[in-house]
Amino acid sequence: MSARGTFAVGVRVMLQLRRDPRTLALMVVVPCVLLALVKGAFDGQPGTFDRVGGPLVGIFPLILMFLITSITMLRERTTGTLERLMTMPLSKLDLLAGYGLAFAVVAAVQGTIVGAFAFLVLDLDTAGSPVLVIVLAVANALLGMSLGLFTSAFARTEFQAVQFMPAFILPQFLICGLLVPRHDMVGLLEAISSVAPMTYAYDALSRVTSEGSLGGEGLADLGVTLGATLLALVLGATTLRRRTA
Amino acid sequence: MPPAAAIDVDRLRVVRGGKEVLPGISLEVEAGSITGLLGPSGAGKTTLIRAIVGVQIVAGGEVRVLGEPAGSPSLRDRVGYVTQKPSVYADLTVKENLEFFARVLDAPRERVDELIATVKLSGQVGQVGQSLSGGQFSRVSLATALLAEPELLVLDEPTTGLDPVLRDELWTTFRGLADRGVTLLVSSHVMDEASHCDSLLLLRDGELLASETPDGLLRRTGAADLDTAFLRLIESGESAREGQRPA
Repeated sequence: MSARGTFAVGVRVMLQLRRDPRTLALMVVVPCVLLALVKGAFDGQPGTFDRVGGPLVGIFPLILMFLITSITMLRERTTGTLERLMTMPLSKLDLLAGYGLAFAVVAAVQGTIVGAFAFLVLDLDTAGSPVLVIVLAVANALLGMSLGLFTSAFARTEFQAVQFMPAFILPQFLICGLLVPRHDMVGLLEAISSVAPMTYAYDALSRVTSEGSLGGEGLADLGVTLGATLLALVLGATTLRRRTA
Repeated sequence: MPPAAAIDVDRLRVVRGGKEVLPGISLEVEAGSITGLLGPSGAGKTTLIRAIVGVQIVAGGEVRVLGEPAGSPSLRDRVGYVTQKPSVYADLTVKENLEFFARVLDAPRERVDELIATVKLSGQVGQVGQSLSGGQFSRVSLATALLAEPELLVLDEPTTGLDPVLRDELWTTFRGLADRGVTLLVSSHVMDEASHCDSLLLLRDGELLASETPDGLLRRTGAADLDTAFLRLIESGESAREGQRPA
């Protein structure tokens, strides 16, 4: 791995994103609109938005980030630039880490704006500090990013890549504990949810939202989230092939 | 002592999509020369090129490039590769594309402006790829391959879709590179490009029909131009094949 390669890729990806301001705007606006929708939908149930709003500040960006990174990586594959890069002195991990670097910047901006919108405009009220919620939201987005980069390796077309969202992310969303507490689920689902990375990303946010602080278990959740993010990046690098059929 | 051949392919066998594209081809490319890889579409030119730059999974045989097995990490900044379809970023400008690849290759930044001039894109530096014409876009791809000042430059149909003036200018660029000691392997399905080459490799259905100089080929076939020479070679190949059939 070299800092030069990672940095080169990171700068390039950011330049490409800058060329597509509409996508950047959507990445920030969509989670805000969805949060506003949730608040409006639970208007008759006071307290519900304060319970689910915090976790959703992280989960919506996670979903968007997953979609965007998986398509970006697929594009690199289908336009032949990946093949060219693989003939150059660039390590596979440099490429993935470069993507990670660029999208981490995007995730930070996204998380900050979405969080600020939830707290300032939607009057989200959490037990824990808004800053901590935002930091965890960014960690959520980073997880979405690396899962997207990883799964894009298994998609040959855009159609497949887009469907990986309902295939990989939606099930995790359903069983992460947001809709139903995990201990109320069928045993099998509870077991599956305990190995799904989104469960930990949700859990950390949920603790800060309702208990006010991370605590030991919350820190462990954050550790698992970050660990899963790194693991997906490294696994993503191993799926890149210098030689193809 | 440097190896005599820049590329040494020995009984290379490649299977793609269940079909044997290269059944066992052997050839050599001399260092410091321009070698044309010619043949009709579907002859296996791109597959051979991919094997030489080390991105093709091969079923058998050996490919050595600049004395190393093809695809060796040490070759990654010694071999330049231009794919048939331009493989640069359509959402970056000419300059941003080259600056990115220069960073990856650790090439000096001055090379970027030099090469933009070489491929005659000085008027388009700030234009994004998708606003360029097809020919301009493919020249960005070509300039990228020249960044690392490779010892071997492999170009897959670099002149397809370019106008005659530009094509001529590119061949002048290629000749200039060869004069500086760079080895070039250039594929084309247009036979009149063959006259620019020092030697020719004629490929058909994954088999090497001929490996000789343009003049040698004309003499051997008695043809007036290379197009006719190639057609005659194909015909004689077919009659030879038919001759082998049991009556």
